[in-house]
Amino acid sequence: MAEGLSGIEKLKGRLGVDWLAREYQIERGMIERFTRAVGDANPRWQEGMVAPPAFILSIGFEHFVDGLMSLAPFKTVLMGNTEIECYQPVGAGDVITVVFKIGSLREREGSMGNMAFMTFDSSYKNQEKKLVAKCRQMIIGY
Amino acid sequence: MSKQLYYQDVNVGDEVSPLVKEPTTTQLVMWAGASGDYNPIHYDKDFAQSRGLSGVIVPGQLIGAFLGQMMTDWMGEGGSLRKLSCSYKGMSYPGEKITCQGKVTRKYVEEGQELVGCKLWAENPKGEKVATGTAIVVLPSRG
Repeated sequence: MAEGLSGIEKLKGRLGVDWLAREYQIERGMIERFTRAVGDANPRWQEGMVAPPAFILSIGFEHFVDGLMSLAPFKTVLMGNTEIECYQPVGAGDVITVVFKIGSLREREGSMGNMAFMTFDSSYKNQEKKLVAKCRQMIIGY
Repeated sequence: MSKQLYYQDVNVGDEVSPLVKEPTTTQLVMWAGASGDYNPIHYDKDFAQSRGLSGVIVPGQLIGAFLGQMMTDWMGEGGSLRKLSCSYKGMSYPGEKITCQGKVTRKYVEEGQELVGCKLWAENPKGEKVATGTAIVVLPSRG
């Protein structure tokens, strides 16, 4: 059995509860690093005032994975799917508060042993408390 | 960059201008730093193989970002991406071409906004779909 599965009960205890809330100051350099990594040279993003829509997933992602692994230290996590809904642009100077929730969690026997299928919902609000985006990610841990 | 696309210019069945990428291992490391995704299956070959993979794999969310780029390139500066959904179906490896494509499936007006729905996919060189998805964009009107 994967080590992470001993943490499944801890994750279940957080189902539907706000988790890992944290504020992030968005800087121009973060957006530049993102567009360079994607290879997206669209001049629309060059000043950093507006970030590409997929940038939203990078906000807080490292802390999210740290939080997940601290509870359930899976050897491997794979991304199953992602869904982003954008309501307002995000850009340099914004302060984005991200909150995660565990939406669902189930276990199944797979080719690499016992696997956990987890859905996470995240919301992103700016400094004016306006909802700028929502995301849903399905992650497989084993 | 791309010219502006207007709602009136788009018809169901139209193709989204494709985008071809060929991510390198260096790009995967850049992505790790930029996205905060330090999963070693994307840069550590030994680790990836120990987890049943044939080598390091391109992160699904990077392919999702490629699909997002295809949409924002296609629609022009006056449009906005309302929704992007991606399912990661297969493995893609650095050094392989990833061809992102899309097709318009729906045009509709909602709450005064002119919206276009598309289905999206990304293929590896074997023609296998490594990601599929949908997008909804808001386009400006000529009127």
